[in-house]
Formats: sequence, structure tokens, C-alpha cells
Amino acid sequence: MLSEIFVEPFADMVAAPDFLMQVLWEGLVSGILYALIALGFVLIYRSSRIFNFAQGIMVVFAALTLVGLHEAGVPAWVSVVLTLGVMFVLAVVVERVVLRPLVGQPDIILFMATIGITLFLIGFGEIIFGGENKVMITQELGIPTDSVVFEPFGGLLILEQKDITAAGIAALLVIGLLLFLNKTRMGRAIRALGDDHQAAMSVGISLQTIWVLVWFIAGIIALVTGIAWGARAGVSFALEVIAYKALPVLMLGGLESISGAIVGGLMIGMLEKLFEIYWGQPLLGGNTETWFAFMLALVVLLFRPQGLFGERIIERV
Amino acid sequence: MFYRTAGQFKTSYSADQALFPVRQDAVLLIVILAFAWIIFPLTASEFTFQTLLIPILIYSLAALGLNILTGYAGQLSLGTGAFMGVGAYACYKMVTLMPWMNPIVAILLSGVFSAGIGVVFGIPSLRIKGFYLAIATLAAQFFLVWLFEKWAWLYNYNASGAIQVPNLDMFGVYVAGPQATSFTQYYVVLAIVSLLTWVCINLTRGRPGRTWKATRDMDIAAELIGIDLMRSKLTAFAVSSYIVGVAGALFVFMWRGAAEPNLFDIPLSFRILFIAIIGGLGSVLGNYLGAILIVGLPVVLGIVPEALGLEITSATVEHLNVMIVGGLIIFFLIIEPHGLAQLWRLIREKLIIWPFPH
Repeated sequence: MLSEIFVEPFADMVAAPDFLMQVLWEGLVSGILYALIALGFVLIYRSSRIFNFAQGIMVVFAALTLVGLHEAGVPAWVSVVLTLGVMFVLAVVVERVVLRPLVGQPDIILFMATIGITLFLIGFGEIIFGGENKVMITQELGIPTDSVVFEPFGGLLILEQKDITAAGIAALLVIGLLLFLNKTRMGRAIRALGDDHQAAMSVGISLQTIWVLVWFIAGIIALVTGIAWGARAGVSFALEVIAYKALPVLMLGGLESISGAIVGGLMIGMLEKLFEIYWGQPLLGGNTETWFAFMLALVVLLFRPQGLFGERIIERV
Repeated sequence: MFYRTAGQFKTSYSADQALFPVRQDAVLLIVILAFAWIIFPLTASEFTFQTLLIPILIYSLAALGLNILTGYAGQLSLGTGAFMGVGAYACYKMVTLMPWMNPIVAILLSGVFSAGIGVVFGIPSLRIKGFYLAIATLAAQFFLVWLFEKWAWLYNYNASGAIQVPNLDMFGVYVAGPQATSFTQYYVVLAIVSLLTWVCINLTRGRPGRTWKATRDMDIAAELIGIDLMRSKLTAFAVSSYIVGVAGALFVFMWRGAAEPNLFDIPLSFRILFIAIIGGLGSVLGNYLGAILIVGLPVVLGIVPEALGLEITSATVEHLNVMIVGGLIIFFLIIEPHGLAQLWRLIREKLIIWPFPH
């Protein structure tokens, strides 16, 4: 029994390094997507202390709008632009209708409001686009669909080009976002608002504009995530469950930290794949991916209650 | 006018601290209890029992359990569904391993198992706070549902992987299973819910409730005035999980009749969280109001299009339902973030001074 837990999995890893690398790559790709969703969460949390549960459904909604528009005969790139427009309208509506009347309420109330948004968008999306699974317009967007084959250690390693593209786009998005937050006036305003609402407002930063902006950026991230994930698994409401996966990623990385979201996402993506393949399937009957990330985050939090990169929690009476 | 408190004098502190300092509250409660115990069961149809009365009571109980933890002790939990599952599976194992057991005793005991597991997952709350704590309960949520699916012993190695409620009788009357009538099941549920509500009202009024509230409002300050935080948080987890577990056992044994693991998945947890929040955190009454709204609304929405003569497919109705529930959650949060219970409190205040508003 002990050898099954502590020896054999590692022996398997050493015996077939190419398979190990394939597993890690798969984990890395899903990790990128977790990280992207977590990024949307972090942005909104940093600027408004709202724990935005609707990020998952925003991914689905953006992807569905894109595919739906293309099916209606709009050229692929035009529909990307139109989808961005839809996400902008969504951001404005959310700010006007939901957030503005709820300013200053306790965190849990705002959290519930985002769950309300989630339900509303699920119902709305299903009525407009229907509940069936759709195919992402990968080729129309010019994303390559071939695969690259390597042969390390005499084995076989297959990398899908669309995954590589997704990784590249995600990296660009993160760099762009970091530049935006750290180097531009707007970005500084967002960070200021996250530190202290009242102080930020007293120096002339508009809460409303920033909230719309932040939700719109979260919408852009949602669209990118939707395209990347949709290219792998199709577009359907089942995608919404990945929103739950973003939660342990956030907790692991720390709620305020962008780099934490990235590192946390990649870590969780790879570790849960490793655990599933080498321990979960042989010993526990498989499908451990549903809970592994949460347990991992829980264990990390027990030692670091603010997550790996979160701001230190200082408590005062 | 109906709520005038003039002439009701308190001559001692204990009278002032009584459960019903205003006589009309007690009268109102008696009227509601009379409806629940006598008028509803005598007049309700099978449809009303199954779609409204029984589920409203069970959901209220589950929300009450969650409210103890989230509303009174301030520990956010997103794992209510899984703890209901623990209660349901514990009850199933008990009645199949020990068929001689009184079903009501089994249901009440099944809460003990979920209380134990609740305490285990509550331990991180001593170190992790706020939204970070949600992760502990989410870990419980996903892990337990996975366990219900993979641990075949729990469902007695059924080929279907689901639990089926057997026929259970008590003193010659079937109370659970296919042969039980809704009428008896309603009374069993009502009795247990009434009992636990009474216990909860007194718990939250008494010393445990006050330590929970102190912990919720500011835990460091509570610790400074000598409250043992560990004890306060863990008792909240234990009591809450106990009630949620009993609600889970009732959910399967008195209402659904069968359960698959995914029944206890996260949508159930969120449903109960909605009830608790729309009803009002930190209130016992609110759970009932919230459950009436959340359970009753889809039923009403299912009837309305037919009554208006609109041709809408059932799938669209379902989607509309989800959409309207989402919209209503936002609506209620905006008009009254403290929930329906607060709305009732305001109305009651107004009634007491009515018709002279000053």
C-alpha cells in the first residue's frame, strides 16, 4: 500500500518521461485557462472588493455571443468586435443596475448579487442561443489546428498548435494587463480604488467609470478565455463549471495578486493532472480533478492564510 | 391598531426578555401554527403537499442550519448541499443496516454524522477567514459529492449508484418510502422542523447565540472579552451541520424518495444560500419567508403562462425561471439587503405605531 502511494507513481514517471511531459503539458494548458479566469476575478476584486462569481458565465456568454453572431452570418473578425461591444454593454448594465445601488453593502451581499447575475445570464443565454453544444469558430479566426510532434527521450510528445496559440495569447494578455495597471493613469486609478475607495474618490477618481472599465476588461479576458477553452472543448453552459476551478486558484495565489493568479493557475492545472494520472486513477477510482484543487488550496491556506502572494492580512480591532 | 402595544406593561426583566414581549406576536404565531398543523394538511391536495408544503419546510430547515453558521456566527459556507448529502447517506445506511430502527430516530441521529464532518471541515475556520474560508467549505462540497459517487458501500453497491428509500413504518404507519402518504410525511417533517426551530430560537437567544454573534461582529474583540473562539466557531459548525444533515435526511426520505450523488451538488448549496440571504441573515423567521419565495416562485411561474394562454415550451419556461430568479435575487438585495425578515420587522414597527406615525 505504502509503495503504491510513495514509490510506484514516481517509478512510472521516471520510466516514461515522455508521457510525464505530455501530462504536464495538458495540465499546463488547462492551468492557463484557470489562470485567465482567475485573472478576471482578481481585477474586479482589486478594484472593488467584489468577489465576482459571474466571471465563469461571462466566459460562456462571450463565447456563445461570438459563435452565435458568426452563425448569423457575420464575418469572424467583425463578430469578435461586436462581441466586445456586447461585453461593454454588459459592463455598463451591471454597473448601472446592480453595482451602483449596492455600493457600500457587505461583501457577501455583493457576492450574492454576482450569483444573481450568473443565474440571469444563464437563463438569458439559454433562451437566446439555446442550450446545445456549439463548435468554436477556430479556423475562421485563423487559429492553427495542427499539432506539433516532438520526440524527447525516444518517446512521443504531441502539442496542439491551438494550445500553443492560447498560451501565447494568454501571455500577451497578461503582459498587456500588467503594463496597463502599472504604467497608465487609468491603471493607477484602478489600483488606487482597490486600496481605499474614499481616498481615491476624494482625489477625483470616478468610481463609476472605473467599475465599468474593470468589468469591461474582465469581459475581454472572458472572451479570450472563451475562445481558448472553446477551441478545446466546444462552447456550452458546462463551461461554467470552470468558474469554480478559478476559486482555488485565487485562494492559492492570493485574492489581490495578478502574478499569484498566474502561478496559482499553472500550479493547480499541472498538479491536479499529475495527481489524477498517477494517484487518482490507479488508487482512488479517478475523477479526482473535481476536488483536488480545493484540497490543495485548503492545505496551503492553513499555512499561509492570505495565499501564496496575497497581501498580508493585518487585523485591528 | 392590530399591533398596538399600549397597556402591555413589563414589570420585570425576565418579562422584557421574553420570547414574545408583544402579545400580538404570540397570537400571530398561534394562527400560523394552526394553519400549518391543522388547516393546510386538511385542505391540501397531493400536488400542494409535494410541490409546496413539504419542500418549503425542508428548505427552510436547511436554510436555518446555514443561517446559524453564516448569519449568526459569520462563517461563510458554500458546502450546504454536501452536508445535506451526509445526512441523507447516513440515514440511508442506518435504516438499511438496522431495519428495526425507528425512522424518526434515524433521521435525528443522521444529523450527528454531518455535525462530525462539519466540525472537521470547520477546523480551518480558526485560521482562515472571510472568502478564503469559502474554499474550505467548497473543498467539503466537491470532495464529499465525489465520495458519494465512488464509495460504493455508501449506497449498498447498487448498480444504479443511487439510494432508494425503502418502506419504513412506525407503529404500523408508513412514514417513508413508496407506500407512505404525503399526509403522514408532512406531519413528520412539520414535527421535526417545529422542534428544531424551537431549539434554534432558544439557542440563538441564549449564551451560544450571543457568543456566535460576538464572533461574527468582530472576532478579535470577542476573543478579548473572553470568548473562546475555537469553541464558538466549532459549535456553530456542529449545530449548523447537524440541522443541515437532518434537513438532508428529510429531503431524501420525506420528499425525493431517491437520490443520486449529483443531487447534492453545488446548485443545491447555492439554492439554500439564496434562501438564507433573501430571507435575511441572522434571522430565524427569514428562512421561512425565503423558502416560500424560492420554492413558490417557480410553481407560480409555471402556472402563469398557461393562465395567460401563452404558448411557451417547458424548456423556455425553465430558462425564464432561472432568469427571473436571478433578477429577483438582485432586486431583493437592492431593495432590502437585510432580507425579507427585515422587511417584516419594518412593517411590524409601522403597524405598532399606526395610525399615528409619530
